[in-house]
Amino acid sequence: MAGNIPQNLKYTKEHEWARIEGNRVVVGVTSHAQEALGDVVYVELPKVGASLTAGKQFGVIESTKAVSDLFSPLTGKVVKVNDALTDSPQTINSDPYGAGWIVEVEPSDTKELAGLMDASAYENLLKNS
Amino acid sequence: MVARRTPLNEAHRRLGARMVDFVGWDMPVQYSSVIGEHEAVRTAVGLFDVSHMGEIEFSGPGALETANKLITNDLSKAADGQALYAGLLNDQGGFVDDVVAYRFSPERILIVVNASNKDKDFAWMQARAQGVKPVDRSDDFAQIAVQGPKAVGLVQRLTQADLSKIGTYRFTEGQVAGVQCIISRTGYTGEDGFELYCAPGEAEKLWEALLKEGQQDGVKPCGLGARDSLRTEMKFSLYGNDIDDNHTPLEAGLGWICKLDKQGGFIGQDVLVKQKAEGVKRKLVGFELTGSGIPRHGYPILKDGQRVGEVTSGTMGPMVKKPIGIGYVPTGLAAEGSTFDVEIRGRPVPAVVVKTPFWKKS
Repeated sequence: MAGNIPQNLKYTKEHEWARIEGNRVVVGVTSHAQEALGDVVYVELPKVGASLTAGKQFGVIESTKAVSDLFSPLTGKVVKVNDALTDSPQTINSDPYGAGWIVEVEPSDTKELAGLMDASAYENLLKNS
Repeated sequence: MVARRTPLNEAHRRLGARMVDFVGWDMPVQYSSVIGEHEAVRTAVGLFDVSHMGEIEFSGPGALETANKLITNDLSKAADGQALYAGLLNDQGGFVDDVVAYRFSPERILIVVNASNKDKDFAWMQARAQGVKPVDRSDDFAQIAVQGPKAVGLVQRLTQADLSKIGTYRFTEGQVAGVQCIISRTGYTGEDGFELYCAPGEAEKLWEALLKEGQQDGVKPCGLGARDSLRTEMKFSLYGNDIDDNHTPLEAGLGWICKLDKQGGFIGQDVLVKQKAEGVKRKLVGFELTGSGIPRHGYPILKDGQRVGEVTSGTMGPMVKKPIGIGYVPTGLAAEGSTFDVEIRGRPVPAVVVKTPFWKKS
């Protein structure tokens, strides 16, 4: 099942999404990821100001049964984190592309974003996995 | 190796269950949501397929005496129609398994064992049974657990047996939805309810009848995920996590299932008598994290930076809505209110020992 894959986002093979908003990028996990995880019960967030590296772990997401790393789609500095997830991690299940966003990043190299998958490439990845 | 399937496998797939390999069995871990299924059991009623459990029978003259020497609890003091939670212990007093022993009569005892341990337990019983030989009846039974505050009402509407006469850990035999069953008021969730044992060929008929009749109660089929979070909220031990060959019942807080003065004794008894006299050095406790994170099986327990124990089970308690865990700590840290740290991904997170069960009906 490919599930819900918005056209306007970029995707990683680890099932994170990235939405470009001006000179910032909002990052979350895909609907497919939250479905596979099951009920999300805890999110370990980075701190504002933390440096992220493309492809490297930047946080942890835990469901009732599983612990999964979050991988950054890009290199840059965290300018905002979704603190509401601390009290309501289940928002990732109910609204993965909206209120369930995880961090907002100021990219250090916007060219990196070109290396991410578009919606159709991500859909193919899911179909073939 | 191809995973084994219970008679309800197709029914689970039709319901859209997410299936996983569980100790060689293809089992549902969840249907819709672990938390939703957990809440259904606490507030209404849930159905679990537990047909993978093993059943080992002792029958004929001497069945009671033979079986009773193998288990820690005392079947000789039980009534016919009574079930007892018990341990099978090794010579060092550690758990071979935890079981439920059903006394039908002094000449028929059925011991229900964990799926993961069935072959081990059967071989262990065969080697040690003095008298009646055990028979592996696991292929003759399917098992459905019906659990929750509305479980009794649901099962009662499907049977002519008077369920009000079956107390906790008591059982009878009769038809449920036209299917011949052992109707046992037992379970692994902390809720009232029944475990229904029937012939494998009848299991789907029973499952479907319970689902249909239970619609008015808000029944939900539940997977192993909810079974685990429910039992963790009650601090019920899980073999392989909280109890194993290296931990005794006294350390696990299960001294109450060991009748140390039992006539005829049981395997491992002398070790427990000695351990009781000397005092245990470690205890299984329930704790809450007071910092952020979720305790998981295998995480170290630290005191003043030193590893002193290990988490055996942990979860975010769906009803208590807190990160809760179970683990072994030195006896000096076992009292309610004691504090220690749980190491989560290299980070010490503070925790406090609390009274269990973690969740109680208000």
